[in-house]
Amino acid sequence: MPNDEATEARTLEQVLDSTLDSVDVAEEAVLREAQELGFDEDEQHRIGMSVRECMVNAVVHGNRYNARKKVHLTVSRAADRLTVVIGDEGEGFDLNNLPDPLANENLLRHSGRGLLLIQAFMDEFQIRAREPKGTEVKMVKYVGKAS
Amino acid sequence: MSVKLTTRQVGDVTVVDAVGRITLGEGASTFRDTVRDLASGGHKKLLLNLAEVSYIDSSGIGEMVSGFTTVTNQGGQVKLLNLTKRVKDLLQITKLYTVFEVFDDEAAAVRSFS
Repeated sequence: MPNDEATEARTLEQVLDSTLDSVDVAEEAVLREAQELGFDEDEQHRIGMSVRECMVNAVVHGNRYNARKKVHLTVSRAADRLTVVIGDEGEGFDLNNLPDPLANENLLRHSGRGLLLIQAFMDEFQIRAREPKGTEVKMVKYVGKAS
Repeated sequence: MSVKLTTRQVGDVTVVDAVGRITLGEGASTFRDTVRDLASGGHKKLLLNLAEVSYIDSSGIGEMVSGFTTVTNQGGQVKLLNLTKRVKDLLQITKLYTVFEVFDDEAAAVRSFS
């Protein structure tokens, strides 16, 4: 069971380089918070994987490994939920123009499944344009809610 | 830890035992290179044993699909063995359960190639 200190509301913010190392850094940071909030091992795996997919999108597709562009990570926790916001400084994209990874003609595509997995694993998922530039994804996982 | 892949022959089936993580970067590229090398070396019946794979991300899934396509286009087959619950979940979410043949028993998997 989480203790009082662990469930205390708090927010962590990090600005990360556009590298694959940052993917691991973000995943580990979020998993520490998830563990302290009392998420079980399977839920932690789903949260960690969602963060990994989102970070890869930000580093690879958003910032395109550009050393001058950063990835902005915010992790907020309350007693009943973990909220993760990941923003990049890329060109942005239109969610409606992405191919449906579940359509039969797309099943054998090499890529395009990351957002599908995030939506399956997290309780809430929002994506929007980031000011002044880029894309921001907000993900929420509630404690004790089966996914 | 990235992924470690070892291969062994069971009759004319090449079993690939994978241990570790198949994620973007070294894990996914090691997996891709191994499957491509096997395919180009004439190994047309590949059975991927994922019992000891602790983590696959969407890049890893992508490499599995690409390997499947590469080998199938050369007239071969790729099948999966011993999936963990987490990997099974991934295949269900992505509908790839409809693409891959999946087995829990190695002998049955090997027989299915003939």
